[in-house]
Amino acid sequence: MALNEKDARYVAELAHLELTQEEVHKFLPQLDSILLYIEKLNQLDTTRVDPMAQVTLTAGENPSLRPDMPHPTFDQETALANAPEQAAGCFKVPRVIERE
Amino acid sequence: MDLTALNSTQIRELLVKKEFTAQELVRAHLENIERKDSEVRAYLTLSPERALAQAQKIDGMIQAGQPLPRLAGVPAAVKDVILTKGVRTTCGSKILENYIPPYDATATERLERAGGCILGKTNCDEFAMGSSTENSGYFTTRNPHDLTRVPGGSSGGSAAAVAANLATVALGSDTGGSIRQPAAFCGTVGMMGTYGRVSRFGLVAFASSLDHIGPFGRSVRDVATVLEVIAGRDPKDSTSADIPVPGYEAALEKDIRGLKIGIPKEYFEGLSSKVGDNIEKGIQLLTQLGCTTESISLPHTDYAIACYYIIATAEASSNLARYDGVRYGFRSPDYSDLRDMYRKTRDGGFGAEVKRRIMLGTHALSSGYYDAYYLKAQKVRALIARDFVEAFDEIDVILTPTSPSPAFKLGELVDDPLQMYLADIYTVTADLAGVPGISVPCGKTKDTPHLPVGMQLLGKHFDEERLLQVAHAFEKAGGFEIA
Repeated sequence: MALNEKDARYVAELAHLELTQEEVHKFLPQLDSILLYIEKLNQLDTTRVDPMAQVTLTAGENPSLRPDMPHPTFDQETALANAPEQAAGCFKVPRVIERE
Repeated sequence: MDLTALNSTQIRELLVKKEFTAQELVRAHLENIERKDSEVRAYLTLSPERALAQAQKIDGMIQAGQPLPRLAGVPAAVKDVILTKGVRTTCGSKILENYIPPYDATATERLERAGGCILGKTNCDEFAMGSSTENSGYFTTRNPHDLTRVPGGSSGGSAAAVAANLATVALGSDTGGSIRQPAAFCGTVGMMGTYGRVSRFGLVAFASSLDHIGPFGRSVRDVATVLEVIAGRDPKDSTSADIPVPGYEAALEKDIRGLKIGIPKEYFEGLSSKVGDNIEKGIQLLTQLGCTTESISLPHTDYAIACYYIIATAEASSNLARYDGVRYGFRSPDYSDLRDMYRKTRDGGFGAEVKRRIMLGTHALSSGYYDAYYLKAQKVRALIARDFVEAFDEIDVILTPTSPSPAFKLGELVDDPLQMYLADIYTVTADLAGVPGISVPCGKTKDTPHLPVGMQLLGKHFDEERLLQVAHAFEKAGGFEIA
């Protein structure tokens, strides 16, 4: 078994997903079969291969950097337009910091 | 004259001749959508005011005898993972059901600056994750050639819209084949440029090292024109290439005689004759047109799906972390604290496939597994990319089937995610290697129902011109209707 229930719940926690018991039972065999399939990559000897993070096609100096200068983009109203909850010009969320 | 069956060249000619106005053209499409889209279900959101306002502008220019931009008056559809300012953009997900973007994607902006009239946003698999559009959080789009079958995915809505004359051109996105495969299933042309050819600014990110925006059309010329219009360096996307955009449309007629086409054996092993017969005929036609063919090998093909589904899901797990109910999108109505809000929001807003992929990706990146999965996959990616570089030393263009099968039935693969993944085998390699690819129609299957078959051409980095030339010559010689 590539992934057991405990692993699955741990991964769900990392990903901030609250899976129902039903979802865990449905996903587990599916994920397991996918992970087993993925094992085939171990057939390849990659000891002398550099990992490829990105298909960056311009080598050397990176021409795509620009000076780090802030400039206006959206106004506050626009930035808040899709907010589920807002207050005092900010995104409103449940309390994060415990008070003494 | 059926205004919805025209291509962009005809539209331009007839607008200038004043056979119809741009507004009439848009209205004809909106009427066609009203007539047919309850069956096809290509569109998630319509934007008639925006399309008509743009058309009105174009009509003004025609009246004033001004020179017209490249896509003046051309009715276009935009996949719902591409941002359109002020027009609801859902990414096919309930988590963005009421999201109104405050800005346009660069591709959207360029399409409109060129005169395109955006009719609406098309349906897709949720966050572009899927190969059938069945993972949309809203409804499933149907293949216009057979309404009991899928249009392909994830850009199924865009492909279906173009195929059913509900738009002249459309924009889609491709991460593992999501433009090319639905183009094949729906019998249209669909192209993905080299990674970095088209800016990803405003494309809702799925897998940042694999995502592309690209065009759909019913002709190669239309696809070439749209690509030319949307491609090019964008300071807002640091991965967009600082390489000039050639005149793809002007270069279409260049002679293809003497071009060397590579036929990779790994893409034909075990291929069903349902698809294989058509591809064979396609190869023969290109040979008649003066190309030479030779058998080549892309030895790491068999590892591409495994490699893709680690890299794509890992990047997705990171990119989709932003859907947390804080700044936009759905927020769960009951929660006890912040973490509970995150969990309930994401559990309530995401569909099953998205959750599966987030799980896979998170697992692949988690401590203890990162080396075995993600790092390993990145090394395999380098091997796959090298296969292409080496192949292109010998040949100019690679020819393959786009998909191992024509459009499958709705519901056929939904319960077997791995089977669904394996269907991407001919398309994921190009995304991993960053090479450009185009799918063109190559006739229909012999037995009923006669379903479109797609032929794929892959090219060297930034060699889109050549791909388009071969595709155009193929089209001119009757390749799309090959029998």
